[in-house]
Amino acid sequence: MTPDTIDFQIMWNRLIAVVEEQATTLIRTAFSTSVREAGDLSAGLFDRQGRMMAQAVTGTPGHVNAMAESVGHFIEHIGPQNIFDGDVYLTNDPWMGTGHLHDITVVTPVFRKGVHIGFFASTAHVVDIGGRGFGPDGREVYEEGLLIPISKFAERGQVNDMLIRIVRANVRTPDQTVGDLYSLAACNAAGDRRLHAMLDEFGIDDLDGLSEFILTASRRATEAAIARVPTGTYRNTMTVDGFEAPVEMVVTLEAQGAIIRADFTGTSGMSSFGVNVPEVYTRAYACYALKCAIAPEVPNNAGSLAPFVITAPEGSILAARRPAPVSVRHVLGHLVPDVVLGALHLAMPGTVPAEGASALWNIQISARPADPDSGLPPAEILMFNSGGTGARPTLDGLSATAFPSGVSTMSVEATEHVGPIIVWRKDLRPNSGGAGATRGGLGQIIEIGARDGYELWFNAMFDRVHHPARGREGGGPGAPGRVELSDGTTLKPKGRQPIPQGLRLRLSLPGGGGYGNPAARDRLALRADIEAGLIDPETAVCDDGQDPKSD
Amino acid sequence: MTRPPIRVGVDIGGTFTDVALDAPGGLVTGKVLTDYAEPERAILSAILAAADQAGIDPADIGQVIHGTTLVTNALIERRGARMAFVTTEGFRDVIEMRSENRFEQYDLNLSLPIPLVPRKDRFTLPERMGPKGEVLLPLDPAAARAMAEHIASGGYEAAAIGLMHAYANDAHERMMADALAEVAPGLSVSLSSVISPQLRELPRFNTVIANAYVQPQVSAYLGRLVEKLRAADIIAPVFLMHSGGGLISVETAAAQPVRLLESGPAGGAIFAARYARAHGIDRVLSFDMGGTTAKICLVEHATPKTANSFEIARTYRFKKGSGMTVSTPVVEMVEIGAGGGSIASVDTMGRIQVGPRSAGSEPGPACYQRGGTAPTVTDANLILGRLDPDAFAGGAIPLSTPLAQSAMASVATQQGLTEQATAFGVTEMVDENMANAARVHAVENGRDIEGFTMVAFGGGAPLHACRLCEKLGLSALLIPPGAGVGSAIGFLRAPFSYESTRGLFQPLDGFDADLVNATLQAMETEARAFVDVGAAGADTVSKLTAFMRYRGQGWEIPVPLSQSRFKDADVPALIAAFEDAYRTLFGRIIEGLTPEITNWSLTVASRAPEPAPVARLTGGTDASPGRTRRFFDAALRREVEAQEIPRAAMTPGTVANGPAIITEDETSTIVTSAFRAIGQSDGCLLLIRKEGQP
Repeated sequence: MTPDTIDFQIMWNRLIAVVEEQATTLIRTAFSTSVREAGDLSAGLFDRQGRMMAQAVTGTPGHVNAMAESVGHFIEHIGPQNIFDGDVYLTNDPWMGTGHLHDITVVTPVFRKGVHIGFFASTAHVVDIGGRGFGPDGREVYEEGLLIPISKFAERGQVNDMLIRIVRANVRTPDQTVGDLYSLAACNAAGDRRLHAMLDEFGIDDLDGLSEFILTASRRATEAAIARVPTGTYRNTMTVDGFEAPVEMVVTLEAQGAIIRADFTGTSGMSSFGVNVPEVYTRAYACYALKCAIAPEVPNNAGSLAPFVITAPEGSILAARRPAPVSVRHVLGHLVPDVVLGALHLAMPGTVPAEGASALWNIQISARPADPDSGLPPAEILMFNSGGTGARPTLDGLSATAFPSGVSTMSVEATEHVGPIIVWRKDLRPNSGGAGATRGGLGQIIEIGARDGYELWFNAMFDRVHHPARGREGGGPGAPGRVELSDGTTLKPKGRQPIPQGLRLRLSLPGGGGYGNPAARDRLALRADIEAGLIDPETAVCDDGQDPKSD
Repeated sequence: MTRPPIRVGVDIGGTFTDVALDAPGGLVTGKVLTDYAEPERAILSAILAAADQAGIDPADIGQVIHGTTLVTNALIERRGARMAFVTTEGFRDVIEMRSENRFEQYDLNLSLPIPLVPRKDRFTLPERMGPKGEVLLPLDPAAARAMAEHIASGGYEAAAIGLMHAYANDAHERMMADALAEVAPGLSVSLSSVISPQLRELPRFNTVIANAYVQPQVSAYLGRLVEKLRAADIIAPVFLMHSGGGLISVETAAAQPVRLLESGPAGGAIFAARYARAHGIDRVLSFDMGGTTAKICLVEHATPKTANSFEIARTYRFKKGSGMTVSTPVVEMVEIGAGGGSIASVDTMGRIQVGPRSAGSEPGPACYQRGGTAPTVTDANLILGRLDPDAFAGGAIPLSTPLAQSAMASVATQQGLTEQATAFGVTEMVDENMANAARVHAVENGRDIEGFTMVAFGGGAPLHACRLCEKLGLSALLIPPGAGVGSAIGFLRAPFSYESTRGLFQPLDGFDADLVNATLQAMETEARAFVDVGAAGADTVSKLTAFMRYRGQGWEIPVPLSQSRFKDADVPALIAAFEDAYRTLFGRIIEGLTPEITNWSLTVASRAPEPAPVARLTGGTDASPGRTRRFFDAALRREVEAQEIPRAAMTPGTVANGPAIITEDETSTIVTSAFRAIGQSDGCLLLIRKEGQP
């Protein structure tokens, strides 16, 4: 039969369900905490030219473009003539995948009646990939773990034993890491089954017509939205803490008709540590920011992503050159949307939020017995924590909420079962939201101590300590972050440090910037904030220029 | 010989209050409009009407079984008590910080749900328990006393106490409750260690707060209900349907109203389960579709799938994460915004979208002629000939096809299609959304949907069920009689049951059998006491579930266990049970990792009487030809000439070959060309796929 527009619409709807099912399968079977809690994965369907037709909405915008571009690399490296039914391909090359070695992308070609018609692809963050482990300390990507170039994980259904053995021999958690490779392959296979059922139902044998329909409709809708951005060139800069030196992020947006370009020329050079960002990851976060503000309702696919053209000069910290270390590229990557939205604000005032905490404050703690002979087991604890988001033009920022990442925090009670720590405090940080007509979201305060008999080390990876989130349109800055001990000793915001026995680590997470003149803040909102203890009356007076006690 | 007591089930829904009376002469059902001001008034009049119809004296009613959306509505509409929340110092904002994520990735103007208790009413105590219940910071009685006085002077109607690790040691919560009892004896107080003694502070705090928030209101309402029934000579004990699919006493319900959240839908699942048992169907997909939402539930071996937490009061397009997660036993359901009132629109990509916005019952679909102008699923069904304009609700609501068509015209113009083709697009999209939700739910539970039999009920389900089966590849569909009041009938079939839960962390490389056994004993005593109120001396069944994971994983899976007391030597059996469950869900196990247990759940339930088995009739005599009508068959993409058969004519063994429409007052069953319907001896319609049909 020849599908009509209703058929195409239904099939499009179904494909989105198919990739969601693919992602669900992966979330439920993967091992790493970041897949499960942070949704650090992606899943998508591609046509035979490698154009992405549908992508599951997961927790990480960092995979948006990365996934869309990945299959093109596979087609190029494998060669169309070497693509067989039953093949499965994989890589974790940071420059071909999603920016660091921990993310493994698996691609499975789809065959129908002997003809190659498309691909399923999926990416997940694995527990361990060898090397120094997840952290910024490597000076070259070689130190960060095993890099698997684009390879055949399976050919015509036959798994490559040598590859499995190499992976097993190079990682600390062979069962879990290899298990995740199989999970990735299995979730693609699940998608494949559903796709064939749909093709059976609609009596078609290829994806060409459907792909054209989806990509054309998506591209048109995106272009129509971009056309509403006033033509012009908009430049913004933002300084953030970086690792060994502050990093200047510079972006120039150029809106012209149905295309919007973002270029990062002028951005600082690379770091010696693993905070460098491969360009693909920068593109993902820049594109995510633009899409949120301009065309949030259009699903991600090759058609909707094409009108966003994003570039960064090679050798800058946002387009790191091989073999730069890139393990924790997320810290600076998460800050990219702030600088991009700031530029977009010049084009579309009253649309985008103020700057926020943005980079997650993930805490990695190693607990070791104080007395090595005590027989107490060591433990590793990972916590995800978020500061405040920037105030919106008409709404306050969100307190202790992740943006742009989609991560979830874990239960403190559950965390205390994982390792010998006590979280004494995890609550909102008063006075940390930037003042404004709308207030920035609040950060939070976390206090952590060791159980008896243990000493703790933690790996600091925190930004916005020296360069807080700026307000917009007269709004005040969010409070900067603070890293200290319970006795008031200030600690470094980056690097591995001990928490001396008897003391607690106290983290004060940054707040989001305010929006608009604080004097214009609604009096009832201000009073409600004071009543709730979110701001002190004294702070309110000096920040907002109005005395909330008077009427 | 004593006769079993006469029982009556009453379900209060958003629009109707349904009643089902199990009288000696058979089942009598009815509906009255829900009375929002005094729900008990509608209940009484519904019961009296049913008693009258059954020819019994209301005083002869032996049990009243009740379910209500009152608790859910109070939470959604924020009509609860002014309350205080007392928690551990450092954790004042747990319910406000939630899981620190955004449930919608691309909305820059997202609003998060507002906590039930504002920050100014959340207070903290200097105290701390450790994960094993060890006291890390003792609670000074003077501090508890001072807090009690502070709360007493605050003019609160209720208080919730939720302290860290209180599931492992409730001493500090008890101290605080005692201080409140002394200082403010009239105050309604809920303890997290009683209401939801499970690991994870956010859902536990949410649960105890939700309980305290509705407790004064629910307790007053139940008191009025009992009084009102007494005044009408109905002195029978009153029981409430709880979310987990069993019955609890009115006293328990008044103390733990959070257990009533999903009572209506749970009744629906029991209803489906009962027919699954009678018809000997092992794997059932229960499908309930009303005016605003559709609910899907898996029922295996005649037992609805249950969970120990769920999300209530979603604020954003039914989106996961936009509500409030509570941990209380519940029949696990997926609810999506797809119903007869769901509104169709066209998005920026030119795609037809349906729901979750709904025209509700007021003004309702355009064709109801009550002022609605938005095109709805019901309008689409009318245009496609699936509804008879003159026979809707037994002719009580005349439907206007021209109004339906003019409502559909805006979408049709944007699509460049005829109104019929557009209406087809609308129903296909809503069916597609429901099918996708069912498939994902099955995948999340490690099940393959094919091979399940659908049991459909609720006003909208029989119109859509057959097409849904086509989309899901199901080959059998059962539509029970009385499907419009399924929940109320389900109440009558529910066992007395109580699910006791505990957070007790047990790594299997350090399993403490004595501690586990002592905890299980306490749980069993607790659960049995609740069951004995309604079914003292009855034969009971117990079901123990451990929530387990591999060390290092963040979430547990439910593992059913066959024993309820353990020896150290049972550890290998526990590992084997975990591996079985893990393999079923995920297809494989992981060697070399240690499993651990976080939470435990023990259900004690009275054994419900076995329904009489129903022998499946798969053929017989064709229904006698009568009126015909044309409807649009979605799979064939064209109109077909269908015979119209009254449901009453579908006597046992009567066959209606699709395309056919089986009509009744409450709804119509669409039998597509690929299916045929056979009347069953218990009044069910069985729809099975014709041979050779894909």
